[in-house]
Amino acid sequence: MRHIFIAILLFVFTSSAHAQMRLDITKGTVEPISIAIPEFAATTPAQRKLARDLPDIISKDLISSGLFRKIDPNSYIQDPVSTATKPRFSEWRSIDAKALVSAKLVAEGQGNTRVEYRLWDVFSQRQLNGMVYVANDGNWRRIAHLIADDIYKRMTGENGYFDSRIVYIAESGTMGQRVKRLAIMDFDGANHKYLTNGRDLVLTPRFSPNEQMIAYMSYKGGKPRVYLYNLESGQQTILGDFPGMTFSPRFSPSGKHVIMSLAKNGNTDIYELELNTRRARQITFNSGIDTSPSYSPDGSRIVFESDRGGSQQLYVVDTHGDKAKRISFGKGRYANPVWSPRGDIIAFTKMQKGKFYIGVMKPDGSGERLITTAYHVEGPTWAPNGRYLAYFKEVPQGKRRSAKLYAIDLTGYNEWPLKTPKDGSDPAWSPLHEE
Amino acid sequence: MPYRILMIIVLAVFVTACSNKESMDEGVVVTSDREGISMGVDGTGYDVTSSALPGSQEDLVENVGDRVFFAYDSYNLSDEARSVLDRQAQWLGQYQSLYITIEGHADERGTREYNLALGERRANAVRSYLVALGVEAHRLSVVSYGKERPVVFDNDSSAWSQNRRGVTTIN
Repeated sequence: MRHIFIAILLFVFTSSAHAQMRLDITKGTVEPISIAIPEFAATTPAQRKLARDLPDIISKDLISSGLFRKIDPNSYIQDPVSTATKPRFSEWRSIDAKALVSAKLVAEGQGNTRVEYRLWDVFSQRQLNGMVYVANDGNWRRIAHLIADDIYKRMTGENGYFDSRIVYIAESGTMGQRVKRLAIMDFDGANHKYLTNGRDLVLTPRFSPNEQMIAYMSYKGGKPRVYLYNLESGQQTILGDFPGMTFSPRFSPSGKHVIMSLAKNGNTDIYELELNTRRARQITFNSGIDTSPSYSPDGSRIVFESDRGGSQQLYVVDTHGDKAKRISFGKGRYANPVWSPRGDIIAFTKMQKGKFYIGVMKPDGSGERLITTAYHVEGPTWAPNGRYLAYFKEVPQGKRRSAKLYAIDLTGYNEWPLKTPKDGSDPAWSPLHEE
Repeated sequence: MPYRILMIIVLAVFVTACSNKESMDEGVVVTSDREGISMGVDGTGYDVTSSALPGSQEDLVENVGDRVFFAYDSYNLSDEARSVLDRQAQWLGQYQSLYITIEGHADERGTREYNLALGERRANAVRSYLVALGVEAHRLSVVSYGKERPVVFDNDSSAWSQNRRGVTTIN
């Protein structure tokens, strides 16, 4: 159902984007690119809503990244229809647009609409890219995200992250009777859906690499165990047959394994479960608490937290060996390590002197950098391009706590809330959709 | 019924504790469901006429003490905790047909997954102690709720210390 559009490259003149148009997003602060995204050119009255909604979503995606600046549509001189035919670059330059997006909508059979999108460099007056998508009722928001991802990629040289989803724990009720439900939504909060009814306490969901499965923890039947949720069938199945509490699941990059903690007789170790055979393999053998494991993107190593040295610290272990090497040496306690999909850094939660932080370090433990802090921040998860993190933040309000999801870029300059209908925690960001 | 005559010290802080059904002062756990308690004078022991059915959860809460408390990031049993568990062991010896679950809980100042493991450690510390006192191991199961089930909701050290707890519940 999510694989129903076709994308064709339109007139590829893309001789690499003009030098001054290219953003270097590895720097601390970047001057956002001013981008004009006028209404798309409708060719039938029925397309009018789509002609407004598509550019609106594209614009919101790009602005939220902090790398683009919106130009007030009231200042646009050229009309959408003629822009889609032939942009008058001098008019767009006069309102300081550096990039311009135009698109024409053409009616196709069966209620489908062809979206012919183009991205222009206003100064060099060249087309940077062009694509054709076929939109229908079920997928038009995705097409907006795909176009936004394309623009992001042309401008930054890096993959985008807008065509992605978030699975998280929706929270409601008082602190004493908190109701927690598994919920899923598009990255921008659209298509929100509850997956469980709230009867059983559920925690810490994670996507499988192909996005068909979610591993999470549930207190179903009073026994806290790791479960799998099949997104196609809605089926929930317990994962493995362990003699104690299982928790903190994560999928391996191949999707063939789930790694998790097993707590038994007061000791917590990490196990890897092969999904086909359901065979479990013990990874850590230590009397301390070993939990929150996360694979490196090549699947060869695992970063996890352990209090074996006296307090929570981060360790890296070979997937097949047991020589765990400590990598965190700063002051305070370190938790929830998550390996970036690019492999270059590890995000974590840090606790120091009564405050919580989200930070990053290199896999060898060097280059620690704290990105954000609050009364309580926890549980970082990577955007598919490894340039942003989502996490949750709790703020005390007397005898209540508000819990909200946030995203932040790696520089820490641009933080924004992720839209959820109620409170939320434990976010997990999906990989980019597979087509 | 020696445990019905257990001294119950009514503390001045009782008022603030009412809503949460217990309070803690100098390690003495005072439990009450408001109705079953008559106010004592000068802290002397009183024979309390409890409405609780002998061998019930209410009996455990009112006349024995259903919970113990832990220090920050610790699962060591304090002397106070041990004395509560001593009474629990005797009580469980009296009611041989009871099966119980020990809940382990943590405060909110830790991360979710670690706190699940910490709660499991605490519940097992309670379980091991009771087993050492002669309670049959097969009657005792454990469950950890990590920081998911607080009972005091303020964000201060007093609230956190009351949420770091092991609670004995009848199945």
